[in-house]
Amino acid sequence: MAGTLLLIMVLAPAVAAAASALTRQARLAERLNLAASLIVAVTAVPLTVLSAGGPYYFWGGYIVLDLTGAWVLLCTGLVYLLAAIFSVGYMRLLDEDDRLWSFYALFAGFALTICLSAVMNNAGLYWIAIELTTLVSTFLVGFERGPESIEAAWKYIIIVSAGISLALLGTLLFYWAGSFVLGPTYDMTWQVLGQAAPKMNPALATLSFLLILVGYGTKVGLAPMHAWLPDAHSESPAPISAMLSGALLNVAMLGIVRYLSIADAATVGSLARTALVAFGVASLLIGALYIVRQEGIKRLMAYSSVEHMGVIALGFGFGGPLGVAGAFYHMLNHSLNKSAMFFGAGNVMRAYGSKEISAIRGVWRRAPVMAPLWLAGAVAITGAPPFALFLSELVILRAGLERGFSWAVAAMAALLIVIFIGFLNHFRGMYFDDGDEEAAPLSLSAWCIAPMWLALAPLLVLGLWWPQPLWHHFMVAAQALSGVRP
Amino acid sequence: MLITTLTPLAESIISLLAIISLMLAFVMLGSRWLNNYLYAFALESWAIAALSVAVGIYGHYPELFVIAALTALFRGLVLPWLIWRIIRRLNVAREIHEILQPSSALVAGAMAVVFSLSVAYHVGSSLGLAGTVAVLALTIMLSMKLIGFLMLAVRHEALSQILGFLVLENGIFLGAQILVPGMPMLIEIVILFDLLIVVTCFGMLVQYLVAHVGSTSSLDLKRLVG
Repeated sequence: MAGTLLLIMVLAPAVAAAASALTRQARLAERLNLAASLIVAVTAVPLTVLSAGGPYYFWGGYIVLDLTGAWVLLCTGLVYLLAAIFSVGYMRLLDEDDRLWSFYALFAGFALTICLSAVMNNAGLYWIAIELTTLVSTFLVGFERGPESIEAAWKYIIIVSAGISLALLGTLLFYWAGSFVLGPTYDMTWQVLGQAAPKMNPALATLSFLLILVGYGTKVGLAPMHAWLPDAHSESPAPISAMLSGALLNVAMLGIVRYLSIADAATVGSLARTALVAFGVASLLIGALYIVRQEGIKRLMAYSSVEHMGVIALGFGFGGPLGVAGAFYHMLNHSLNKSAMFFGAGNVMRAYGSKEISAIRGVWRRAPVMAPLWLAGAVAITGAPPFALFLSELVILRAGLERGFSWAVAAMAALLIVIFIGFLNHFRGMYFDDGDEEAAPLSLSAWCIAPMWLALAPLLVLGLWWPQPLWHHFMVAAQALSGVRP
Repeated sequence: MLITTLTPLAESIISLLAIISLMLAFVMLGSRWLNNYLYAFALESWAIAALSVAVGIYGHYPELFVIAALTALFRGLVLPWLIWRIIRRLNVAREIHEILQPSSALVAGAMAVVFSLSVAYHVGSSLGLAGTVAVLALTIMLSMKLIGFLMLAVRHEALSQILGFLVLENGIFLGAQILVPGMPMLIEIVILFDLLIVVTCFGMLVQYLVAHVGSTSSLDLKRLVG
């Protein structure tokens, strides 16, 4: 059952990508991508449910479906669906119809590589899948072909490739550490590494984990390795920004989480956690500083992603049932919320013809349908109730207090308040400052508005009611990550 | 464990080849001419291929011969050829923009080696491997890593950034041959092909840089800040 679903999930974007590349027709590619995204999103839900009984291994142990991976798949599926709907409306505005098929082929390919990364059971193959996500998405980042977008694409590929080569070094050193226990040749699966970990040399395990953390941390966008993130997120087409932020960053975080549980088993967990927490606080700090003085609308959203990845890193770094539950919940909430924010930003950017916040004025009057949605999204992303991010951030704060990281909790609380004020201040300007009174209301197609509804409605529901089965699911996940292996 | 069972002769051959590779990394670091970078990189790849053969013979890992052949072919011939094509098309003979003089870069590289040695020595002695080829391999692996990053940081030409990235990769590959020769071959082959795709993507992006930005120097890439 799970195997078939997984196969369907992977085949759908693969077929869509191949067919788009072969037929080279914009409209057909658009529909294929939409269909593929629907299939991925629909299969991700039962896979998440099934994963609680796992882990399941397929294909001679190269593929794994476990709780953590399935959760990332769910986030990916939802963001992919939303972004695919949005891009139907958004990409038509670009007037690039003759090249549009390549956009959709790469888009489906990007989703495919993200899904593959989430289910790779071999640490080496996981690294390769992550590298492939970079290669595919680089061309999506540079799709608009302006000097800025090519610059962003170049910085993205160089910084991220160099960064994750550190993760490859860490992976090799982990393999080396394991070879003292298991002999020179073994399959480097997460499970085998976890079993070998208690006998690993602590110095080597620490060195390897830190290299992994910096390497995959580059891809996650943890400060101070975040340099590529604002550029890539701000210059790519809006649906791709949503995919980068809502799907790609999570799947890179997955690697850190998996290695963290190996580091725990290797009894170097406390140092590893402290390092992860430190990166988390640094990300919040950088996020806060750049959000307050930001001038570009999509860069604002990008720094907010740095901030939220910091929050998720804090959740996993604190650990314990509360920390893991909070981080999982926050991952989903952030994926939904940030997608809506990027869609809104894309809409106003196209409508006003500018990326500058100062040029966007009077949103309330000029886009009456979208304005309340985008504002609600902005309130949600700063962690205000009644939206779900409030709950997940609160749980992460509690986890920190419980696990003795009160300094990090204090820093997190203070920085979240700074971000709340800074972020909403930009929205105050865009909504309530006087703009051009003469300008006509904008016309936005339903394709561009509907995904914002779809993203924000569940956020409100999840903010008012944290379902019991979901809580239970997180508890099982926390147990699986803490080294109690079936 | 390969490291503990090596004869003195085997150990010296492996050490020699590893040190040659490190020297070639320094040649790249100190050179101003892109062509010299390229020759040094190709030679380095050949040295690593020879290293794979040596490890294959003395450590009894016959599958390493396949890896050696693929390394020589892809890293030693195909990659340099791809980059040579880009150099010719771009018409840049030498690194025009440099933050750091080659001489200062060499000093910084030497410091990177000292730092790597201290890390490798610490790890090696905690594993009970002090004085073996493992410490040397770890040192060279880490220092080629740092030298690669140095090249990425102090050079501005897009091509030398690609070469810096390849030095990073070569360092990892070299270390892998000595430290984990038993690593499943599938992974190594996939990584080799992955590298090929990476360089192809780099090449395409360099063309876009020329076409849409009009420069391949990262000094001109400063539109996006803040």
